[in-house]
Amino acid sequence: MRVTFTVNGREESAQDVWEGESLLYVLRERLGLPGSKNACEQGECGSCTVYLDGVPVCACLVAAGQAEGRQVRTVEGLAEEDRLDPVQEAFVECGAVQCGFCTPGLLVQAHDLLERVPRPSDAEIREALAGNLCRCTGYEKILDAVRLAAVRKAGG
Amino acid sequence: MDFLRPTTWEEALAAKADQPEAVPIQGGTDVMVELNFDVRRPPALLDLGRVAELREWSEEGGHCRLGAGVPYTAVIERLGGPLPGLAQAARTVGSPQIRNRGTVGGNLGAASPAGDSHPPLLAAGAVVEVESRDRGVRMIPAAEFYLGVKRSALEPDELIRAVHVPAATGPQYFSKVGTRNAMVIAVCSFAVALHPRERRVGTGLGSAAPTPRRAPEAEELLAAELDWTAPLDPALLARFGELCARAAAPIDDVRGTAAYRVHAIGVMARRTLSWAWNDHLEKRAA
Repeated sequence: MRVTFTVNGREESAQDVWEGESLLYVLRERLGLPGSKNACEQGECGSCTVYLDGVPVCACLVAAGQAEGRQVRTVEGLAEEDRLDPVQEAFVECGAVQCGFCTPGLLVQAHDLLERVPRPSDAEIREALAGNLCRCTGYEKILDAVRLAAVRKAGG
Repeated sequence: MDFLRPTTWEEALAAKADQPEAVPIQGGTDVMVELNFDVRRPPALLDLGRVAELREWSEEGGHCRLGAGVPYTAVIERLGGPLPGLAQAARTVGSPQIRNRGTVGGNLGAASPAGDSHPPLLAAGAVVEVESRDRGVRMIPAAEFYLGVKRSALEPDELIRAVHVPAATGPQYFSKVGTRNAMVIAVCSFAVALHPRERRVGTGLGSAAPTPRRAPEAEELLAAELDWTAPLDPALLARFGELCARAAAPIDDVRGTAAYRVHAIGVMARRTLSWAWNDHLEKRAA
């Protein structure tokens, strides 16, 4: 089947999509957007987190056909022009990235948290990121990065 | 494989009647895992995500009607007042991303004995509204809905439209055992709901038997012996825990042993009833 939806502000179409295919597969393999990572394929790791109509979801658990006509925003769509989003800048500055595989999902999920809760408590950050697994960093620098991004975004 | 996209409830029922083997998909948090791992290759997917009415809920006359497509996030953020037990359970489901997509209706459809919605639905006395094009609506009490491991009373041509839950008239609590506070399939779980007007306490056990189930003997004990004006009698509380544990019929599996689950059900039963009773007495004193 053919699936058409908006990705990062641009309308995109994918042909010959298998009906049981995930949104993640369409993004990575058919639309050339490999930012969202494919790891567990069961919603356990969060590395494929994207916005679907403004709500963060695991792209591996959305059937491609369910995205028809909807708005998708991936990690590739967080930066504006040549300027990184404050969340991305904070991850770089805090060394919150090691192997980088979990980073796209964490960026989208942290971005959503700060849109909803501009100054989150540590407990709120932990709960928001509970579904994003990182096997390198031990999370401390990721938490530092989210705190820093919150301060930056608040203009502090 | 067909991908069916009804936009109204009537179209959805017609699609299910014409292709009873079509697998309904809403949040996809269970169905897509089976597809991704090639565990299941249904001839058709029936996407209910475009049937807007399924994402609605209403509260009227002490009664909540929760559309089958309402995500857990909405239950947590909007329905904690009338459905506190269900909202607590919803908050333990997966991760925020899962809760943004997963639904109580989907939990019912999957009918896993470990589903987090089931114990609070049982304790609150929920009723599942199902419908088929040819035979119309059936209202199935939650206690009669679960028939076996991942088997429910839902017929092949039926879809779950909503779940009806009496709005809480007393404290409700949910407790769940797992290795962390997120991304956990329950080792076992327990829900309690006080119904002060009827001088009755509802219970629900999760992941402790082939189906979610109540602990009827424990409920009868409290209906007969609980003094609703006094602190909890420790002997009665202990007996309640024992009867709840006795209602469990668990298995050994990768998440835990049967013996551990029986023990944990007793502990959670005592804890949740104690929490609820404290709230009940505080409300009486206020």
